Amino acid sequence: MIEVAIEWLGNALLIVGAASVLIGGIGVIRMPDLYSRMHASSLTDTMATLALFSGLMLHSGFTLATIKLMAIMAFLLLTGPTATYALANAAFRSGIEQPRSLNTDDQEKSAP
Amino acid sequence: MFYAVVSIAILMTMVLAVARAVKGPSIYDRVLAANMFGTKTALLLAVVSFLFGRMDFLDLALAYALINLVGVLAVLEFVEGRIESGKGKLDD
Repeated sequence: MIEVAIEWLGNALLIVGAASVLIGGIGVIRMPDLYSRMHASSLTDTMATLALFSGLMLHSGFTLATIKLMAIMAFLLLTGPTATYALANAAFRSGIEQPRSLNTDDQEKSAP
Repeated sequence: MFYAVVSIAILMTMVLAVARAVKGPSIYDRVLAANMFGTKTALLLAVVSFLFGRMDFLDLALAYALINLVGVLAVLEFVEGRIESGKGKLDD
């Protein structure tokens, strides 16, 4: 009974992860400017990683695969936002494209 | 069956990321698409290891996640240095 419940909980988490991945991909191809695309891509970096790896962990039980999955998930959750921050910082400082929804005063000061 | 559905969803997202990398107007769109492609490769390797029952693919996923971050940061440092020193425009 409890094994069946755990398996279906894992299946539900896998479906949630697949939906997040697809929504992020559609957002990357459809969003109008760079920062919106970055927002859509960060959805697949965090939400899809959490849901997919949690579902796989529930399916694998207490084995060595669970330890490896935890290591990969922790690493992806640490490095995904780091790469997104570095990309946003580089794009903002180069002044190629200003975020349209960020009309503050320090925008002119910090952009070269 | 669920593993196959998730694999197909991740593969479709990788195709969309490659389309953005080909189409992207600025260099940062291409770096974003490359980063997304690498992250999705790690996810796909983890799911495929469960789909085929080969748990040694998880080590490949970990190694790919490590290499992906280093690659993206190196490309960003290179682009930023080129733009700040004014050597050529990298808009397209």
